[in-house]
Amino acid sequence: MYISFSKLVVFPAVLTVAMQAGIANARDQIQIVGSSTVYPFATIVAERFGNRGKFKTPVIESTGTGGGMKLFCQGIGAGTPDVSNASRAMKTSEWENCQANGVTEIIEVAFGNDGIAFANDKKGPKLNLTRKQLWMALAEKGPKPKKWNEIDPSLPNAKISVLVPPPTSGTRDAWNALVMAKGCPEAIKTADKDSCEMLREDGAAIEAGENDALIVQKLEADPTAFGIFGYSYLENNRDRIQAASIEGVEIDIDTIQDYSYPISRPLFFYVKKAHIGVVPGLQEYLNEFIAEDAIGNDGYLLDAGLVPLSDAKRAKLQKDAGGLMVMSK
Amino acid sequence: MLTTNKKRLRKRHRAETRFRAYGVLSLLVAVGILFTLIYSIVTHGYSAFYRTTLLLDIELDPERIAVSPPYSRSALMQGRYSSLVKRGLYALFPEVTDRRDRRELTALLSPGAELAVRDYLIDHPDSLGTTIVLEVPMSSDYDQLYKEHLPRSGENLRFSEQQLQWFDRLLQEGRIRYRFNTQFLFGADSRYPELAGIAGAVVGSFYALLVCFLLSFPLGIAAATYLEEFAPKTRLTRIIEANINNLAAVPSVIFGLLGLAIFLNVFGLPRSTPLVGGIVLSLMTLPTIIIATRASIRSVSPGIRQAGLAMGASPVQVVFHHVLPVALPGTLTGTIIGLAQALGETAPLLMIGMVAFIANVPATPLDASAALPVQIFLWAESAERGFVEKTSAAIMVIMMFLIMMNLLAVIIRSKTQSKVE
Repeated sequence: MYISFSKLVVFPAVLTVAMQAGIANARDQIQIVGSSTVYPFATIVAERFGNRGKFKTPVIESTGTGGGMKLFCQGIGAGTPDVSNASRAMKTSEWENCQANGVTEIIEVAFGNDGIAFANDKKGPKLNLTRKQLWMALAEKGPKPKKWNEIDPSLPNAKISVLVPPPTSGTRDAWNALVMAKGCPEAIKTADKDSCEMLREDGAAIEAGENDALIVQKLEADPTAFGIFGYSYLENNRDRIQAASIEGVEIDIDTIQDYSYPISRPLFFYVKKAHIGVVPGLQEYLNEFIAEDAIGNDGYLLDAGLVPLSDAKRAKLQKDAGGLMVMSK
Repeated sequence: MLTTNKKRLRKRHRAETRFRAYGVLSLLVAVGILFTLIYSIVTHGYSAFYRTTLLLDIELDPERIAVSPPYSRSALMQGRYSSLVKRGLYALFPEVTDRRDRRELTALLSPGAELAVRDYLIDHPDSLGTTIVLEVPMSSDYDQLYKEHLPRSGENLRFSEQQLQWFDRLLQEGRIRYRFNTQFLFGADSRYPELAGIAGAVVGSFYALLVCFLLSFPLGIAAATYLEEFAPKTRLTRIIEANINNLAAVPSVIFGLLGLAIFLNVFGLPRSTPLVGGIVLSLMTLPTIIIATRASIRSVSPGIRQAGLAMGASPVQVVFHHVLPVALPGTLTGTIIGLAQALGETAPLLMIGMVAFIANVPATPLDASAALPVQIFLWAESAERGFVEKTSAAIMVIMMFLIMMNLLAVIIRSKTQSKVE
């Protein structure tokens, strides 16, 4: 027994040597980071792509849009991701960071649309809201009403209680940009634009984490509470939750596609051109993602809740991204 | 005088009874919570170990698959199987001819159906050109319908009237089977709940724990032995001791940040791999092992040391021949508890990229991989209803491993202890 102890001490050294051997090899698997909203779509494409058997299934991390951009813009090479998913367009600051680190040629792919639903349990009332009303209900700078009918007598006499996504999520970014900023009164907007997007901290807006399944359970327990979901989540759980119409427009595929539903946004992914031809399969992954088979009007991503681009936009995308056109800012 | 004494005595007795009642009550509450937790997980999760399959007659027509001889494995991998499966299904419903209706009909099938045909053909290349009877997976919604997790009636139903009729007809004809889901136990993650498996995460966790054990066990024992038996008791060693104790209380996410900064950025180790995961987890288990080992070395009777020294053994011999073997049960228990803690950690793995979609079972610790708690986290976040049962089932799997590890600790302790005595 006593021999083993002294021998075991040698193991770490052996392991270190083994480690060194593994690193030298270049990567043969695509690495993808970024938005948790794009994650369900990217993973489906990746799985189909991997099932073809020619290349390994890409590794996809759900880091959030901002976190993904940070990793993506670290530089070029096997240690950095090849693709970054984003639920909003790349910011100028992120673009500059990329440029500074030598990531100069980036292919931008806006592959589809998403709508954000303001939903409650089916037992509760179905509402018709405007962005102005939503801002009044949720903003720190607003009138901070206790009940919905204090905003408008036509709304129900019920406590305002909204489960909002955390600040790290792209859905929150989009909510801020599309609802809080748009519904904000001009006076406040001109005084301090950023303060428009501040949410109430008196318990009416509750930060609920990224777990949508948990939020649905909470809505079930409290029919007066509302939650904020991506369209694909709503689509999968229509038997439990209902979405409020915004400015009279119901959320569905058509209204998101033509942006008549006010809380609609495009979804993106970004590819490093320098990695194409170096990381095996990257070009093919890009092609798989923009194929009619995936994002077309009959594509398999539609079953997962993606709202397709209009035919014209899609044709342009397939031409541009297929031709590896790089973006400029 | 006497009455007051009696009163006081009664009061004290009552206090004692009350105290016992509180004890029993809190124990009941704890057991009740544990039971509710296990009950809800098991009732939600057991159905994930089964899945519904559909019995189809499939004609393996080489022309439709678009393969030509020689039928090599890679050629068969590239073949097209989706139309074969669809034809098999259409044959059961010859009256459905409209394109839109047929699209509704194929919604019964999982995307895994064509993969099942492909895998069958790769295993049986001779069957090319014949018609086979094969069980292929049904799509998650119908799997959930069979398990009565999705409603059959109500508003915003996930099924149309005719889809329900088709489903019932298949059920009557005995074409729908309810099978043990081997893919769940032996497959890797998938975006389709009916195809998702836990093996990728189990193997990833295994590799991470292996690396963690190989690093932290020898290092921990060496450090503890030196500190306890050989180190001079100076101010410096006292500072080191205090810091080891502090290290055990550091939130685990910080070790993840350290792993990101040092192992990934400085040493350039590959991201998302169990190797890095194991190294980061070993930072976490090291203090636990050191503390447990030191405690068990300290509890070794001084008589054993003195007897060894009196017989002329050197201090190193005394430590390795006598003290450590006696201290082993405590050391192993500490190690296993440390590893069990590491098994349940997600936060440090988040930082080094192990919280990711990985559809392959890792072959080595250098392949990208998820881990068990990470898999639970990822499934719990998914929109598809089929992942609800998968989440609970994954929790059942990780709890089983934790119970097994703790049981191992108990067995080792009782066995070795009786041997030493």
